[in-house]
Amino acid sequence: MLELIDTYWLYFLVGQYPEGPLGGLVLTILLSGAALVLAMPLGLLLGIARVSPYRAISLPVAGLVQVVRAVPLLLVLFWVYFFLPAVTGVKTSQATTMLMVLVVFDSVYLAEIVAAGMRALPKGQLESARSLGLGYGAALRHVVLPQTLRHGLPSIVNQLVSTIKATSLGYIIGLSEVSFIATQINTLVFTRAVEVYLILALTYFILCFGLSRLAFLLERRLQRRVGQAS
Amino acid sequence: MIVLDKVNKYYGDYHALVDITERVDNNEVLVVCGPSGSGKSTLIRTLNRLEEIDAGRIEIDGRDIHAKNADVNALRAGIGFVFQSFNLFPHLTVLENCTLAPVRLKRATKLEARDYAMQLLERVGLAHKADAYPNALSGGQQQRVAIARALAMRPPIMLFDEPTSALDPEMVGEVLQVMRGLAGEGMTMVCVTHEMGFARDVADRIWFMAEGKILEKATPQEFFAHPQHPRAQQFLADRRRD
Repeated sequence: MLELIDTYWLYFLVGQYPEGPLGGLVLTILLSGAALVLAMPLGLLLGIARVSPYRAISLPVAGLVQVVRAVPLLLVLFWVYFFLPAVTGVKTSQATTMLMVLVVFDSVYLAEIVAAGMRALPKGQLESARSLGLGYGAALRHVVLPQTLRHGLPSIVNQLVSTIKATSLGYIIGLSEVSFIATQINTLVFTRAVEVYLILALTYFILCFGLSRLAFLLERRLQRRVGQAS
Repeated sequence: MIVLDKVNKYYGDYHALVDITERVDNNEVLVVCGPSGSGKSTLIRTLNRLEEIDAGRIEIDGRDIHAKNADVNALRAGIGFVFQSFNLFPHLTVLENCTLAPVRLKRATKLEARDYAMQLLERVGLAHKADAYPNALSGGQQQRVAIARALAMRPPIMLFDEPTSALDPEMVGEVLQVMRGLAGEGMTMVCVTHEMGFARDVADRIWFMAEGKILEKATPQEFFAHPQHPRAQQFLADRRRD
């Protein structure tokens, strides 16, 4: 196994870069990271819109959520990659396609987390903020959302972990992320599939487990500040 | 001065407030009492527009609270509201609870807001808890912080919606004492409460409500000695038995 790592680590890490496009583990991390950074604010906005008292705002978002939730990510990936260029005439790269699909899915799932958290917060929190004279936006920003996000942290982390794993679907459109690279390595060495895929599995595990632990520590630090009862 | 003119409110078919026409003068302490479901809380919540009304008019110092184009936030900033369930912000310290609104609404600089909040906390006897989080406080302490938080906006009017109903009996006194202090300073107060001792000692006037109407308005002396309406007589008799 060590010899395998010794030979292919660079390929595993960055793909054919710098001769070819950036790939491998770095691409996986970059894609997940970019998807999260883009999806967080979008999910926040969609979540707020979802619980808006104005139906003209909440209904379209509810529709979007229902549709996205009921369609497999893989299918959307196919559509965007094969179908969209046929309609628009613009060919998007695999990485961009993957990023777009991830952002759409992530923001919708994050929106549901945010909306659920806002609904679960006692009504008195918004009421007391408003009764002090704070506007709706200020009340959300300073009172409702800080609590919603704190309570929703485990679900949000769950979503982030899913995102990291979902990048592996890029394999299907030939995106050279880390799973794709692993199959390439497997083809090259041919007889050592178990070891190759074990390394791949371990890589995902370290990424995702590390993120969960980080979130757990963050959660505990917040909790200690606010006191045990929350 | 608060003026109510033919205020009506419905929940579906249920007539929650029926033709309420009344006024509360400046510096007056008004106690609203009555059996549960009588519309007391609904009424006090319409005064800062936490509840909308379906007909009528409510004016506070000449400004129509329920006007379509009313600046609700500015109006509310001048009306302190204390809830039955305290509703402190659990993610903020006691001091931050008291400075959030004054600072965000640019009523004071951070430093001024801190100073004033500390004065208020001193006054409700909780200056030593300034850096604690609400979860570490007892119910009575939380409600006293909630009063300080409302006072931090320097409102000329304070509304209390059953401020002691969620408290253990031994904590009621400390909250009422703070309210007595405010009344003594001439704060205009509307208090929905079941604390008849407080009503007797502190109120200038009492409204007795049932079924969305004000059935009786009187001074505490008249109300407790000679209640006129049969529902009020019944209500007081039930209270005495407790």
